[in-house]
Amino acid sequence: MANTDKKDIHTISFLVANKPGVLVRVALAFAKRGFNIDSLVVSPTTNAKFSRMTITAQGSPETLEQIIKQTSKLIDVIRAEEHSEKETIHRELALIKLKHTPSTKPIILKQAEKFKAKLISEEESFLIIEHLGTTAQLDELEAILKKYNVVELVRSGKLVIAKGRDST
Amino acid sequence: MTDKQKKQITGSEVLIKCLENQEVEYAFGIPGGVLIPIFDKLVNSKIKFILTRHEQGAIHMADGYARVTGKPGVAIATSGPGATNLVTGIMTAHMDSIPIVIITGQVVTPLLGKDAFQEADIIGITMPIVKHSYLVKNVNDIPRIIKEAFYIASTGRPGPVLVDIPKDVSTDIFAADMDQEMDIPGYKVPAKGDKKDIERMAGILKGSKKPLLLVGHGSVISSAEKEVKALAEKLRAPVVSTLLGKGGFPESHDLSLGMLGMHGTAYANKALINCDLILSIGSRWDDRINGNTEEFCIGAKKLHIDIDEAEIGKIVKADSYVVGDAKLVLRDLIKLIEPLDTSEWLKECEYYKKQFPLKYDNSKGLTIPYIIDEIYHLTKGKAIVCTDVGQNQMWSAQFYKIDDGKDWYSSGGAGTMGCGFPAAVGAQFGRPKDIVVAICGDGGFQMTIQELSTMAIHKLPVKVFVMDNKYLGMVRQWQELFFDNRLSGVDLLGNPDFVKVAEGYGIKGININDVKHARARIKEALDYKGPVLIHCEVHKEYNVFPMIPAGKSAFHMMIDPPKAKK
Repeated sequence: MANTDKKDIHTISFLVANKPGVLVRVALAFAKRGFNIDSLVVSPTTNAKFSRMTITAQGSPETLEQIIKQTSKLIDVIRAEEHSEKETIHRELALIKLKHTPSTKPIILKQAEKFKAKLISEEESFLIIEHLGTTAQLDELEAILKKYNVVELVRSGKLVIAKGRDST
Repeated sequence: MTDKQKKQITGSEVLIKCLENQEVEYAFGIPGGVLIPIFDKLVNSKIKFILTRHEQGAIHMADGYARVTGKPGVAIATSGPGATNLVTGIMTAHMDSIPIVIITGQVVTPLLGKDAFQEADIIGITMPIVKHSYLVKNVNDIPRIIKEAFYIASTGRPGPVLVDIPKDVSTDIFAADMDQEMDIPGYKVPAKGDKKDIERMAGILKGSKKPLLLVGHGSVISSAEKEVKALAEKLRAPVVSTLLGKGGFPESHDLSLGMLGMHGTAYANKALINCDLILSIGSRWDDRINGNTEEFCIGAKKLHIDIDEAEIGKIVKADSYVVGDAKLVLRDLIKLIEPLDTSEWLKECEYYKKQFPLKYDNSKGLTIPYIIDEIYHLTKGKAIVCTDVGQNQMWSAQFYKIDDGKDWYSSGGAGTMGCGFPAAVGAQFGRPKDIVVAICGDGGFQMTIQELSTMAIHKLPVKVFVMDNKYLGMVRQWQELFFDNRLSGVDLLGNPDFVKVAEGYGIKGININDVKHARARIKEALDYKGPVLIHCEVHKEYNVFPMIPAGKSAFHMMIDPPKAKK
């Protein structure tokens, strides 16, 4: 479980102007340095003028520091900040579609229940499980269910919010 | 007249008014289909439009204008190929932090993204090479966007800003207030440095016996000449400059060691190896001055002043840094420092200067460095010098000492061949009373040669020196030194008679092909009161030294040509 929280995975939260093209400008700063983006979420904020981008990426801390400086320089980026797991709450949602057989269905549902994941759709022999949790929890259930004919997997990407009075 | 009867104005008219409000003197460019409404409103404007012969010429002129005046340059090009022809010049300006506002025409908004005639996604194409860009979708946003564009281009670390205007936006009726506030909450301009950071830097400076100041383009952009001089004189520290930092500290000053780096002076590079502290003022430690970070100023403390926080730690890890405007940071720093005892160190530097002077040898024919040295003396170091890229550029940097950073134009980061001559034209527009000298190679000059028209029409008295060695000289030099002299793709066989070319444009042409007559002809050219091209037929295989091979540190400097060759 702990191995998904390797030191070289970083979560950066960007507060950006809600304008076309901002995503490209931010993504370019990652691409230019050969950083692969693992997950990316763009969402509205309480102020319609701004959007939130939450990006997780892997790489050396030095390169990441450069990327944060480069993106902070962009006119449309109001704030860019890396967040440690300690200071923040983070969640991710997974939707997992499985093709079951009469013998696997009870096992799948039992495993899902253990992780507080929900069955949200059942059509023909296809089940869709919804799982909300930390990235590590999602990874763990995913690993278990992979044994039971997972046909599709969709994950939301990591969402992060700072605890207490700190802003994200 | 009631408000309703008030004359309706279009986006084009608003745009021109906004440019006038920004005190734009000149706009360089070429019109096109989607720009006609804007050009229609230029007819009665006080902005002087300069029609170039290629958009690349226009953007380099805007660049040259900006560097010698300190004001943002303006370039205009039409949609599609007009806009893409600007790309090299935008990149040149971006790499060297030059304020340019670029106006491009775009197809009408309903056709955006539909592969319309002459449509190019110029915002997308230029995104990695602009400081910022705008696609104007609402006519009522024009005043705010133009205000922001000029502000962003010219403040902080300057850079090019592109404004893409669809044709229908330029013809739409404007229905807002001309006086609009900027709305850029994500843009902050560092000014004074942090007090604690400056104190820490002053503390480290105190312990140095062999300090070296490294003056970069940031010093010139910040107009920190006075402060750099005060700092150097108070510390009694020698000063080296980058290619673009030339003039950030007067090169005729006793403490100046000239340019460092790949083709820097031997004494600057010797000082670099032997200093115990180096303070960079607005330089980004780029790979032409620091070929190998591992071996760069080993053991020396590295201090860094930069307005762009992203430059801190990018290449060199600094022992202490201050983020801020060079001029303001230096003012605070100077108050906290005491003179250092550097007499031994200065003697050492003086020894390097005497032992390894810059030199050239005309015994086998007329050389480019000799011509530049003559130009330097004949103009008493007072000319604005615009170089092209390659050998001509390095010799200019070595032999034309610059005392004011705004008298120097060279493409540093991008190394854009073909930029020097149009930049000189732009510089002459910006400073009509000063002597402007363009120093070009025969390769680069032919990349933007068509701007001879622009120079001729406006009777600009630029002195265009075309150094004709019938080779792409710098590449030939590398092939000779590092590839066993196997020449490949460097022979400029077919060069025209440049004097006749000049005369074809109605420009005076002068030929120099021997040492004996060179000085008199250079003088004739410099004294001539109009556009003049000087065709210098020079020694074909003369090389630039000193030289540090690419990727190597200053320890590997070749001061003289290797003996074994030839």
